[in-house]
Amino acid sequence: MTTFTTRMLRSRYSVGLGFLAAAVVLFVVAPAVLSDFRLGLLAKYLCFAMVAVGIGLAWGRGGMLTLGQGVFFGIGAYLMAMHLKLADAGPGETPDFMALISSDGPPWWWEPFRSPAVTVVAILVLPALLATLLGLATFRRRVRGAYFAILSQALAAAFAILLIGNPATTGGSTGLNNFVGFLGFSLRDPANRLMLYFLAAGVLLGMLVIIRQLMVSRYGELLVACRDAEERVRFLGYDPATVKTVAFAVAAVTAAVGGALFVPIVGIISPNDVGVVPSIGFLIGVAIGGRTTLAGPVLGAIAVAWAGTTLSEQFPSGWTYVQGLLFMLVIAFLPGGVASLVAIRRRRGTAPGPELAPTKGGKST
Amino acid sequence: MEILVTQIFNGLSVGSILLLAALGLTLTFGQMGVINMAHGEFIMAGAYTAFVVQQTLGSAGVSLLLSLPLAFAIGGLLGVLLEVTLLRRMYHRPLDTLLVTWGVSLILQQAARDVFGTAGVDVPAPGWLSGPVEILGFSFPRSRLLILALSLAAVVALLLVLRHTSLGRRIRATVQHRQLAETSGISTRRIDMMTFFIGSGLAGVAGVALTLMGSISPNLGTSYVVDAFLVVIVGGLGQLRGAIIAAFALGVAQSWIEYSTSASIAKVLVLVLVVAFLQFRPQGIFSLRTRSLA
Amino acid sequence: MVRSMRRARRVLAGLALLSVGLGVAGCGARVDETGSGGQAAASCVDTSGDAVKIGFLNSRSGTMAISENTVYNSLAMAAEEINASGGVLGKQLEVVAEDGASEPTVFAEKAQKLIRSDCVAAVFGGWTSSSRKAMLPVFESNDALLFYPVQYEGLESSENIFYTGATTNQQIIPALDYLKEQGARSLFLVGSDYVFPQTANKIIKAYAEANGMEIKGEEYAPLGHTDFSTITSKVRDAGADAVFNTLNGDSNVAFFKEYRNLGLTPEAMPVLSVSIAEEEVGGIGVDNIVGQPVAWNYYQTLDTPQNQEFVAAFKARYGQDKVTSDPMEAAYTSLYLWKAMVEKAESFAVPDVRAAAGGVTFEAPEGAVTVNGENHHLAKTALIGKVAPDGLIYTEWSSGTPIEPDPYLTTYPWATGLAG
Repeated sequence: MTTFTTRMLRSRYSVGLGFLAAAVVLFVVAPAVLSDFRLGLLAKYLCFAMVAVGIGLAWGRGGMLTLGQGVFFGIGAYLMAMHLKLADAGPGETPDFMALISSDGPPWWWEPFRSPAVTVVAILVLPALLATLLGLATFRRRVRGAYFAILSQALAAAFAILLIGNPATTGGSTGLNNFVGFLGFSLRDPANRLMLYFLAAGVLLGMLVIIRQLMVSRYGELLVACRDAEERVRFLGYDPATVKTVAFAVAAVTAAVGGALFVPIVGIISPNDVGVVPSIGFLIGVAIGGRTTLAGPVLGAIAVAWAGTTLSEQFPSGWTYVQGLLFMLVIAFLPGGVASLVAIRRRRGTAPGPELAPTKGGKST
Repeated sequence: MEILVTQIFNGLSVGSILLLAALGLTLTFGQMGVINMAHGEFIMAGAYTAFVVQQTLGSAGVSLLLSLPLAFAIGGLLGVLLEVTLLRRMYHRPLDTLLVTWGVSLILQQAARDVFGTAGVDVPAPGWLSGPVEILGFSFPRSRLLILALSLAAVVALLLVLRHTSLGRRIRATVQHRQLAETSGISTRRIDMMTFFIGSGLAGVAGVALTLMGSISPNLGTSYVVDAFLVVIVGGLGQLRGAIIAAFALGVAQSWIEYSTSASIAKVLVLVLVVAFLQFRPQGIFSLRTRSLA
Repeated sequence: MVRSMRRARRVLAGLALLSVGLGVAGCGARVDETGSGGQAAASCVDTSGDAVKIGFLNSRSGTMAISENTVYNSLAMAAEEINASGGVLGKQLEVVAEDGASEPTVFAEKAQKLIRSDCVAAVFGGWTSSSRKAMLPVFESNDALLFYPVQYEGLESSENIFYTGATTNQQIIPALDYLKEQGARSLFLVGSDYVFPQTANKIIKAYAEANGMEIKGEEYAPLGHTDFSTITSKVRDAGADAVFNTLNGDSNVAFFKEYRNLGLTPEAMPVLSVSIAEEEVGGIGVDNIVGQPVAWNYYQTLDTPQNQEFVAAFKARYGQDKVTSDPMEAAYTSLYLWKAMVEKAESFAVPDVRAAAGGVTFEAPEGAVTVNGENHHLAKTALIGKVAPDGLIYTEWSSGTPIEPDPYLTTYPWATGLAG
């Protein structure tokens, strides 16, 4: 029975059907049902979902608990925001907020982002590069899971402090906002905002396709193997550090793309959106949805963000309690997330996390 | 010379606070492997204990002395509660303890906001602790000296307990080889509970010390918990002397860099230094040599 | 198996392409087609019934909640008073309250919701400069109104915002005048690392240069910084005549405790603060701050009939132990000012209200305030006060008459070039 459903699920029809259903919901149902304002919120949730897809790969499949995704989200967002500010200011001009603090023009490292092409390339390449460096540095030294988690958290803290500490170039604690256009299109025109939503939905679907291919590929198998028995992978002649670094870099890129789209959709990026707290916040949706699955993190992230907005409209302080309880209950009692409740499982997909697996005997303190 | 002495003292004083915050973690994280993000909130609970005691008693001096044991008990009880209800079932997945305790910390913070308000509250220091004292021609704030003394006292007390009591022996036995300890008739469950009680209780004491420095607010813990974890990692897991050296080194580095640059840059630079250090010594200053740690 | 996957891949790639194609096909206005970036969406405010909606947007959670809750309380009191006395243009006010959660992004999102989804006639709230700057584009692009009740760093003036707190020439410059009068020849600047202290210090430095004062040092602490031993050591070693303090929130507590620990006193080196009001004094601890000067436009101890009424009403409503402060008073005043503007315009429409705003006055608890129709600020009287042992603040020095708002400091020759 299980093998039958598994085969069914993995057949091209059901995967295709799943994507088709998602596309119909995102492109037809949602725009028809939701008001402009709510659709804008959904577009924002889709950006969070992009971060979640990457976390699902790195954490769920690769066992790397990254508490620093806010950094990559922030890099993507700030790069896009810098480009938008420069584009609004016009060729050779200084963005409005800079003029308030100092009379010098934009610093040299702003200049390349006048070009939209450079910005898009940078959004894809810089986070991947940074993640590769960090990944190689930590995974090669065989830094343990807990260290990696805490170091990535420290990184998020440092990133936010740096942003706040340089108001003349990063907008400080306010961040960057007040964008007029996006690649030449006015952000105030509702038609363009609708197109932004479609863009986010399309990018998310494309991302899911790519990540799915990664997950079912040989590389995907290797990644799960690294999570469950790193030593054995090493003995088989593979380099676990490289395998893990690739997943970490992919996760960084999805987060950066989410951040880059977040900026024109929401209209502001501030250190509050990239620090320690939001970085951990990204994880809860992934955990609830099911960290090892493909769709789980996406649905979880959207559901959590939606619940956050709705609940905070009703009870301001209630949302924090709910968030705390979700972390406690889901992680402690339902580590597989909602996906593990759904009867259809893939054997490999719902294999226990690295800590559950009996790896190196006696390694427990 | 004046600046040199002042800045070294400031560094030691920052370090002593880091040490107090990290001391409990050397037990719960270093020895038991639990990544307790709610440790910061136990610090906060200790600080609010001092606040409540002072509100009820009035006298600053008596209530300071009384709050120390009380905060230890309250922090410890919170820790035991957490251990028994949630963490006990999770020792085999340390990464997940991080997220669970993060949830606990969110709830404790919000609870503190709802009970005490979001504003920082002040716990006035007793008269004999305010103002500076002259030593060898240099003036040092009295409250800072007390914190320094308190952190050293806590280290000595912890060392005595671990080295020279039967409880300490059982804790060390459990950490070094759980199965063997169990075979020798030690109830490792009780020992886990006790270890957590002491570790979390020390967080409560750190909270009382923090009332001497600044305001007590619900997000007090978040500003210390990441730093405290870094101290434990740099010091080496479960290494008391490592934690002491790491705490004072980080403290001195922080205040020196802060003096010559600015507070934000100092924070970032210290983090960079830590990452760089771990690059060539991932096991920390000292490493625990036991069979159980691969 | 492999082949089926390949086929699936092709189908999916097609789908992804299709979605991107859709996105490109139907785009709306370009920036250059519509001049200044597109027209504002039409207002959806409904004034047909016997009630009109207004929005309160304050942080009810997060780090700013303590301060902003007090503003929310005084706004709620003003709304209730107005409703009890017949409403605005005969319509009862229906308040929609939203939580800004102390985060700029949330402020922007909730402002959008209040305007587009709840269709409120005006929004009252915001506290930090970050929250205001985050909301500004939202109000401008929707052509809606925001009443912002807190003193701020100036150098801003929006058609869509009314600033009912002080701008720099009504608070910081009088404070500097006061210090100069007291004989201060050198200053040390301490602030939190964000936009208000940095802009304020830029102005202070220009003032000092023009007035022959020396700046002995300038230190910024990250928001929420709690260890001030190094910064206070630097302050002590610099030996300035006075300290100008633009620290925010909890940092003040740690700063003043450490300041006192080092044996520094208000007599030897006063610390003039611009962000500490009655509400904050309790948290800092009266002992730590007694005798230190602060600069505002309102204190609870002001002796005007309007203020006695305001304080009594506030205490009756929220408790005898509650204090009133400048931002609370400015928020309370802002709702009455909006009422006066609407009644003068005889319309709730934003363009009408804006056109009627100039010259509207209100007998506020702080004294008479008048709206400047040009820059949307208020003419306010500057007051320097000192913290007394009872935790309240008593006026030491007053500018006497209301000072005309000058957010860009155009009337101060030394300030040319500050506006960028």
